[in-house]
Amino acid sequence: MNASDRPAAPEFDDIQGLVRFAYKHHTEAAFLLLRVKNLAAARQWIAAAPVGSAVTREPLPPTVLQLAFTYGGLRALELPDDIAGAFSLEFVDGLSGNANRSRRLGDVGPNDTQQWEWGAAGRIPHVGVFLYALPGGLAAWQAAIEAQIDPGFELIGRLATSNMGGIEPFGFIDGISQPQLDWSRERAVSDDEQLAYTNLSCLGEYLLGYPNEYALYTPRPLLNPERDPENLLPPAEDVPDKKDFGRNGTYVVLRQLRQDVSGFWQALDRYAGGRADLRARLGASLVGRTLQGEPLVGLLHEQIAGNASKSDPDLNAFTYQSDSQGQRCPLGAHIRRANPRNADLPPGECGWLGRLVRTLGLSARARALDLVASTRFHRLLRRGREYGAALSLERALNGPANETESGLQFMCLGANIERQFEFVQSAWVTSAKFDGLSDQADPLLGNRLSGPGNSRSDAFSIPQTDAPDERLSGLPRFITVRGGAYFFMPGIRALRYLSQPRS
Amino acid sequence: MVIAPLAAGHQDGVRQTLERMNAVPGIADPHNSLLPFGVFETLHFARFVVLVDPSADDIEVYGVQRAAPPTYLAFMGDCDGSAQELLGAFARQADSGLREIFGHCADFAAGADVLSWMLAHNRPLAAAYVNWVGRTVVQIREESALQRALSGRVPRRPLDSGADAQRLRRELIAFVDAEVSAGRLRLTPPAATPISWIIAHVAYLITVPLIALLAAPLVLVSLPFLLWQLRRLETTDPEICPRPTMEALHTLQRIEDVDVSNQYTAIGSLKPGPFRGGLVIVLLRLIDYFARMVFTRGYLARVRTIHFARWVFLDDRSRMVFASSYDGGHEAYMDDFINKVAWGLNLVFSNGVGWPSTDWLILRGARREHLFKYFQRRHQIPTQVWYKAYPGLTLLDLDRNQRIRQGLQSTALSDAAALDWLRLL
Repeated sequence: MNASDRPAAPEFDDIQGLVRFAYKHHTEAAFLLLRVKNLAAARQWIAAAPVGSAVTREPLPPTVLQLAFTYGGLRALELPDDIAGAFSLEFVDGLSGNANRSRRLGDVGPNDTQQWEWGAAGRIPHVGVFLYALPGGLAAWQAAIEAQIDPGFELIGRLATSNMGGIEPFGFIDGISQPQLDWSRERAVSDDEQLAYTNLSCLGEYLLGYPNEYALYTPRPLLNPERDPENLLPPAEDVPDKKDFGRNGTYVVLRQLRQDVSGFWQALDRYAGGRADLRARLGASLVGRTLQGEPLVGLLHEQIAGNASKSDPDLNAFTYQSDSQGQRCPLGAHIRRANPRNADLPPGECGWLGRLVRTLGLSARARALDLVASTRFHRLLRRGREYGAALSLERALNGPANETESGLQFMCLGANIERQFEFVQSAWVTSAKFDGLSDQADPLLGNRLSGPGNSRSDAFSIPQTDAPDERLSGLPRFITVRGGAYFFMPGIRALRYLSQPRS
Repeated sequence: MVIAPLAAGHQDGVRQTLERMNAVPGIADPHNSLLPFGVFETLHFARFVVLVDPSADDIEVYGVQRAAPPTYLAFMGDCDGSAQELLGAFARQADSGLREIFGHCADFAAGADVLSWMLAHNRPLAAAYVNWVGRTVVQIREESALQRALSGRVPRRPLDSGADAQRLRRELIAFVDAEVSAGRLRLTPPAATPISWIIAHVAYLITVPLIALLAAPLVLVSLPFLLWQLRRLETTDPEICPRPTMEALHTLQRIEDVDVSNQYTAIGSLKPGPFRGGLVIVLLRLIDYFARMVFTRGYLARVRTIHFARWVFLDDRSRMVFASSYDGGHEAYMDDFINKVAWGLNLVFSNGVGWPSTDWLILRGARREHLFKYFQRRHQIPTQVWYKAYPGLTLLDLDRNQRIRQGLQSTALSDAAALDWLRLL
């Protein structure tokens, strides 16, 4: 493709920075949950809020603020319902309050939304204010922001975060695998089957207003131009005579996950009979990586498109193609569920004939490798942060249970909550039947509840080369959902539109 | 499928009656007093659906005016052996319950014989798919119990050698034999396939290619015309894919994801005219043929999550019902359709009014993600009562359990095969 044929570059100055940056140098962060109490004051604050864009800045800005809204928030700001209601149904419906969604996502039993600290019933935020600061800069700034918002908003929650140095509370390096966004829009816009796993992902998977992996524009609110008399909004790329309220915006899924660190290590210690090496091996089996992030499947240095190697060795240079039985990395390991790294067609015979045979499902070998949906339609751009106090392994093993609360403020971005977050969470993480397994949900995230027909979800199988599977049964619950919400993080022009008074 | 129009004013009444059969909304209580499904050992799945057609007016985009179609009550089941025999058993054991249910139908007289009435209203299927032809409910249940017993029994320790694996397998065989003798496990030998079934099967196997062969010259000669017709229609057929309302979506979701499997029932009008009308008949015949001859062992092309599926024509082939039972959630089911078999879906469903437009009958169409997802949700209707004989089990479970039993009953396995068998447990 010539550079001249390439579609327009994305407008970095209109995109909130979190889509492009993880703000790793901004080690301090806090998420404020607000409800609108005075419409005029709320709009006024939003109009002037110093929202950080995706333009690279040198030196780094000392503080960054990002803004996102729930459906209730958009309505509280009196965005008409033909606009707010044109966002996806799952966003409009919200994370809590639909029993079917709760069943699918595993938000039942101990994760029941009724027991959440925030995000259900009367405690659903309107606005999420995500604050990031360079070391030492958060406290004063957060206080200033809280003072600023006071006339317009009620502060219903503060989600603190803590810097654990890129290590999640159980002790594993976190955030290693991320999709690589096709910022330069190199991928041709066409709906072709991808025969190899790729880490390069279309912009439209994370930003509304751009083509997604199906070469389609995800539905979003498009306005007749007269609805935007001040011409604040960009035109829609696919429907140029409409204004695109969604362009450069993304959905944000935020879930507060409490991690029982001592419960985790003490359970593994019991399974390991107190042997430290075995305990570490079991922990790695559950996760699919060692504490240091090395994938159990082994680094094969495979050429994977869009794999921007940020580490040496590249801890993402692998797929599971050479380990179809899960003998190196268990099929049910957390990272294998969250990102199975497969292609659109199972591997097999080449050539058009081989492809036809695989497409028709006539190859038994290919069928056996075809139990998991194509990964590229189900990627999550993760932006979570740890919270609470880190617990040393020593303390976790010997200290009292629940000494301190720690966990993850899980956050992921995407253009299609249903196909991305909800699919991964339900079909891959919560399902006790992932990849032909049974009786086992995600070893970290599972709620361990039994299912219909007395089927269990609390086992974990570790396939062996020369023996029946090693099996952990009766895993205790390690993670509990404490709150959550679906937000929309608008483009900066849409944010200005949203803050305008309307007659 | 037993299907009959509801009597005027009975829609609410039949819904209330059907709701009494459920343990939780949409999911049948196997021991409900109206029709205790669980009693019938050959029944895999069953459902009662009130066939209200929310998109019945879509046909008007073609300038076709028709009277509002009747609202039917449909009763569908997937069973081992003869459907007539099972209907007979239903009538014998649940006469009063069936009488109460079908009493909501327009032409069900108070004194009617339930069995004759059901047989008279039993409509043939246009096409049917069975995941694994010949796998019975009894077999599924027995093999599931076998898997549980063996999985709890197998020592999970490293094996020294192939001989060790063989020895372990022999021990497990002895264990199962003892359990069977003690009556704690049952492994009923498979019944012989009836000779009449085999004859009919072979006849069908030959007939369809024969007809295809005879028709080939005619089809070949008219191919340019047919393709021209197809392209003309594909470029002009209107798409009707509005987003379903939140209320409609909630009604459907309320009864989903209770089990590891789900039900799907959809209804819609077929595109008018002889070309589409003929095409859909031919294609459903072919699908039925391949479903019965090729895709009988656990997969329909790349899809391995469909237990049973059926297509039925209504009202002089002007409308169609599609019903299936599948594993996993709705979103995963639909993503499989898009990513694995969009071509197959397009073949049939592009003959339905409003389907996202296709190219050359197999391209685009269902690949147009959100149009397809809106279309299928809009045509889906709630299944008032749904029964599954083996809650908690997926097709992959059934497949694995079946292989466990086969490995158990094989006379001799190689060392490697013995190890592979142990690893299934």
